[in-house]
Amino acid sequence: MDPSLLHRKVAIVGVAESDIGRVPHKSKFQLSAEASKKALDEAGLTKDDVDGVFTTIITEGGQFSSMMMAEYMGITPRYTDSTSIGGSSFVAYVEHAAMAIATGLCSVALICHGSTNISDRGGKAGPVSGASHIFGPAQFEEPYGVSTVGSYALAAARHMHEYGTTSEQLAEIAVATRHWASMNPLARMRDRITIEDVLNSRMIASPLHLLDCCLVTDAGGAVVLTSMERAKDLKKRPIAVLGTGEAHTHRMISQMPDLTQTAAKISGKLAFERAGVTHADIDVAEIYDSFTITVLLTLESLGFCKKGEGGAFVSGQRTAPGGDFPMNTQGGALSYTHPGMFGIFTVIEAVRQLRGECGPRQVPNAEVAIANGTGGVLSSTGTIILGRE
Amino acid sequence: MTQIPLPDPYQDTEEYWKAAREHRFIIQKCGDCGQAQFYPRGVCSHCLSSKLEWIEASGKATVYSCSVNYRAGHPGFAEKTPFVLAIVDLAEGPRMMTNIVNCDPESVRIGMAVQVCFDDVTDEVTLPMFEPA
Repeated sequence: MDPSLLHRKVAIVGVAESDIGRVPHKSKFQLSAEASKKALDEAGLTKDDVDGVFTTIITEGGQFSSMMMAEYMGITPRYTDSTSIGGSSFVAYVEHAAMAIATGLCSVALICHGSTNISDRGGKAGPVSGASHIFGPAQFEEPYGVSTVGSYALAAARHMHEYGTTSEQLAEIAVATRHWASMNPLARMRDRITIEDVLNSRMIASPLHLLDCCLVTDAGGAVVLTSMERAKDLKKRPIAVLGTGEAHTHRMISQMPDLTQTAAKISGKLAFERAGVTHADIDVAEIYDSFTITVLLTLESLGFCKKGEGGAFVSGQRTAPGGDFPMNTQGGALSYTHPGMFGIFTVIEAVRQLRGECGPRQVPNAEVAIANGTGGVLSSTGTIILGRE
Repeated sequence: MTQIPLPDPYQDTEEYWKAAREHRFIIQKCGDCGQAQFYPRGVCSHCLSSKLEWIEASGKATVYSCSVNYRAGHPGFAEKTPFVLAIVDLAEGPRMMTNIVNCDPESVRIGMAVQVCFDDVTDEVTLPMFEPA
């Protein structure tokens, strides 16, 4: 692909989250729609400007999601996308939307997400499907008690085995992320924690402790994109899409080619090439942190450090406020919010950091940001690199 | 006690589950490219050939990764915790998910040699499992 094809052609012009945390009185449809309204408002656009809709899993079973949300909001799109690759979907949608806008297939793209994950199930993480009879390839995993945390634990155990990574190093990520959350009034968990707190928290699936795991919350989020040309007339400072990439390597954890490397190895390389920037150019990183191990594997796979060196990379609170690698600056899925799929919130925070809107948690002079979503069980990734225009 | 989720055999997998009921552990080998695969599919995932044969696997494997699960996701596993969720490298090449059983969960290590055993979960369903060799 010609790196110039999408480079700076498309801008993110609106981002918003809905009420987040525990919001039992609002449906997931309402959370998605309210976030959409706020994101359109800050851009100075209305729903009638939207001609591209991107969303998933809003319906039971996930089918027809873009139709459902477009109908709910009274939108008639001429570009529609319900690609469903897990929490990374909403980052991959940035690539899809940029392509659709750059080629004229749509002019204003709305990416939206809503979930009442905690209100729906009382805050308990459940099985992959919850079904009693398993059809399809999942019948070779679910009868053995596989779960999301169990799958990620297998990756963590293998990384420790191959590279000597320690629980203390994984805990560094949780501690740094909570430090950022302490500076975000919207974050669900704001009390500072220590490495010992993480190590002393209940073991869920060895080697992952409770505090290595993301939250379960309700939340909605939305991102609005349009052409850079049109963006310059809108209310917010446009944030340019510099480069994007997406990939997936498997669906089930037992089929992952290498438990210590994610598809970010592919999507990240594409995003950097297309953006025409290097790792040294990245001022702030928003890395989907479903579990601490997700971050460590992603940093390695994106090439911020060599394979196996992720533990050393995050040590000494390097990703915390004041560290030289500011990461997950809103408090991440570990401490800010996690409605089952977090990808859209990595995009929202990256945009806010580049606009300079983050108050006490603002990374000074952030000009280039990376956001990386991971979906499934380390299965899929979407990587985007954004920059100030 | 809630039942664990059970396989609902389909075209690709009926042979496998039938063999498991008979305490035989079979996997597929491609008649064209010669590679083995797991899980069973209607085509070879290496070359897309439909010429697949069932072979009796040795039942020997090595633990590729393992995790002691202290909390059940599905309620059917509540009385099984702590249990060992594992991915094993079969001697024939492919990887599969399983549980390592008949041992202290905390004693299971990556690289450990294991061998297949069978858990008759119901009259209809037997799950291949692995135990220390």
